[in-house]
Amino acid sequence: MPAPALRERWTALRNLARATRREPVGAAAGMVCLLLVALAVFAGQLAPHAVDATSFPRLHAPSLEYPFGTDNLFRDMFSRIIVGSRISIGVGFGSVFIGTLIGTVLGMVGGYLGGWADLVIGRLLDVILGFPPLVAAIFFLTIFNTNRGYSLHSFLLVSLAIGLIIAPTTARIVRGAVLSIRTLQYIEAAEATGNSTLRIMWRHVLPNVVAPIIVIASVQIGNAILAEAALSFLGLGIGDDSHPSWGKMLQDTRGVWQAAWWTAVMPGMAISLAVLSFNVFGDALRDVLDPRLRQSS
Amino acid sequence: MALTFRLQQTIKMTLFTDTMAIIVLVNVAGQTHNGPFSRHMAREPRMGGEHLGRYVAKRLLFSLLVLWLISLVVFAAVRAIPGDVCKIVLATPDVDQKQCNAIRAELGLNRPLAVQYVSYMGNLLKGDLGNTLINKRDVATEIRERVPLTLELTVLSTVFALAISIPIGVISAARQNSAWDYGLRFLSIGWLSIPSFWLGTMLIIWPARLWNYSPPAGYVDIWIDPFKNLEQLYLPAIALGIALSASLARVTRSSMLEVLRQDYIRTARAKGLAEGWVVVRHGLRNAMIPVTTLFALQVGVLFGGTVVLESIFALPGLGQLTFNAVTIKDYTEVQGLVLFFATVLVAINLMVDLSYAWIDPRIRYA
Repeated sequence: MPAPALRERWTALRNLARATRREPVGAAAGMVCLLLVALAVFAGQLAPHAVDATSFPRLHAPSLEYPFGTDNLFRDMFSRIIVGSRISIGVGFGSVFIGTLIGTVLGMVGGYLGGWADLVIGRLLDVILGFPPLVAAIFFLTIFNTNRGYSLHSFLLVSLAIGLIIAPTTARIVRGAVLSIRTLQYIEAAEATGNSTLRIMWRHVLPNVVAPIIVIASVQIGNAILAEAALSFLGLGIGDDSHPSWGKMLQDTRGVWQAAWWTAVMPGMAISLAVLSFNVFGDALRDVLDPRLRQSS
Repeated sequence: MALTFRLQQTIKMTLFTDTMAIIVLVNVAGQTHNGPFSRHMAREPRMGGEHLGRYVAKRLLFSLLVLWLISLVVFAAVRAIPGDVCKIVLATPDVDQKQCNAIRAELGLNRPLAVQYVSYMGNLLKGDLGNTLINKRDVATEIRERVPLTLELTVLSTVFALAISIPIGVISAARQNSAWDYGLRFLSIGWLSIPSFWLGTMLIIWPARLWNYSPPAGYVDIWIDPFKNLEQLYLPAIALGIALSASLARVTRSSMLEVLRQDYIRTARAKGLAEGWVVVRHGLRNAMIPVTTLFALQVGVLFGGTVVLESIFALPGLGQLTFNAVTIKDYTEVQGLVLFFATVLVAINLMVDLSYAWIDPRIRYA
């Protein structure tokens, strides 16, 4: 008889296999997501040329030598797109992480404590929702991102800007989930045995709302990547000449799109592919983790 | 009805382009609590103008509260700029102290905070958004001049999105799990993943390359030359509306599926109504509430989209104004635009909330 840990692992694997059979498209999208993450991690090793090398012909059409062509500043687009995945996917994950963190805390506090805390948090979220999402991020970055460029500081700021517009969704879902388990008996028991509120929230409430949090986070990654691309395109991103991002690449080549279609097509394809695979994957994950929804969605 | 209603309540809670999230919500947050999050609406069998009147007043006050909070956030945010304001305005780290003082005086930042706040609120209530930093133009006038274009663009893209998404959603739901359904669902999730600004660039590039066609440059007022005006706007409207149409199609589909399972649909079928009539007349109308709610949420996304698309298509609307203001860091202008967008958004949400009774007379307000 296998050890409990091993048996657990087998169960997990079997669940994964079953989920894959049920959602083959989602599983394929998940593979693409993993590949994209791997691409971002190993971008430095995978890119054939240095991103800021300018020793190439200007606006060379895609060919065997330059699969995605070259841009107006004599740079290899293929390498730049590979390395660009770092910022695009990095900020995508970073902002979803921050947004999920903020949203989870707000949702749990509001849902579990209720009363005034709930009221105040609810109004706070209403205020955030009162701004058009992208406009809110633009406003935030215009005000706070005073030293643009590639740094941890700007990475956190951009992630926070996107995270803030993501957080209300997460907060509301978490709050709803917390409300539904808050009245259950084991919570009451935990309260009766004198556990502190913080401990109950951490030990008893959080583990029971993890599934919806994972689902909503995975669904939001695609949106976060889109938002990052739009912000970079507007010049509010964190990329620079030696640290490309997909949105920034589109901004760089704006003047030459007509003359050289690949400068617009290739980065846009990269964005769409990434967003599509994260969307499809998030969708499938939702169906698997939430079987009751399968009939209606 | 209970299911539809629940869907509608939960959809209220989302933001952003994620219809996918919404469908999650249906389940997770399905318990309809009348806490501050799931606001103000409860099904009550009572009728009467008094309730409706009280409801309208309550919603109005609520919207004003949110607007006031928004103005407070904007006020605080602008004053919380890290570092010195003039460094940002002048875009250099080493600035002349005299210039700096001039800018601070210009913005009224040398006065006590309370005085600043009173004059800020006073001006807001008068509709005065101040002057732009760079050319000293009146921000409110600038916004007013550019509203028609952005309004037309958002309306056109909405019409486009509805014209595509409602039929797709209805067909998908009526033929659930058919090849049509799968095809249309896949298409709509694909659309959801295309950045609107990228689609915009494709719509500029390819017609020009393939057919040597490009829409007339610039912008003509619709009252002067409607055909030229529409020719200038239809491509950006498609680019802006495509993501909206995808999310609306998804919600229409899932909402239709809920409705088509209801008893009254069975009754309608049982009494021998033609299937098309059942779906459209009895199904679609009842499925419209989640769609309306989602639309209200997506208006904000449309506004965001105009910022990028108007600058791509060189259309002198609010979005382009925002883009320019951000680029040159004219932040009285950014502040004015943000306040304007937020006000419009809150107003639209209010109207949508009030329109539910019209869409579905069974909803009563408590």
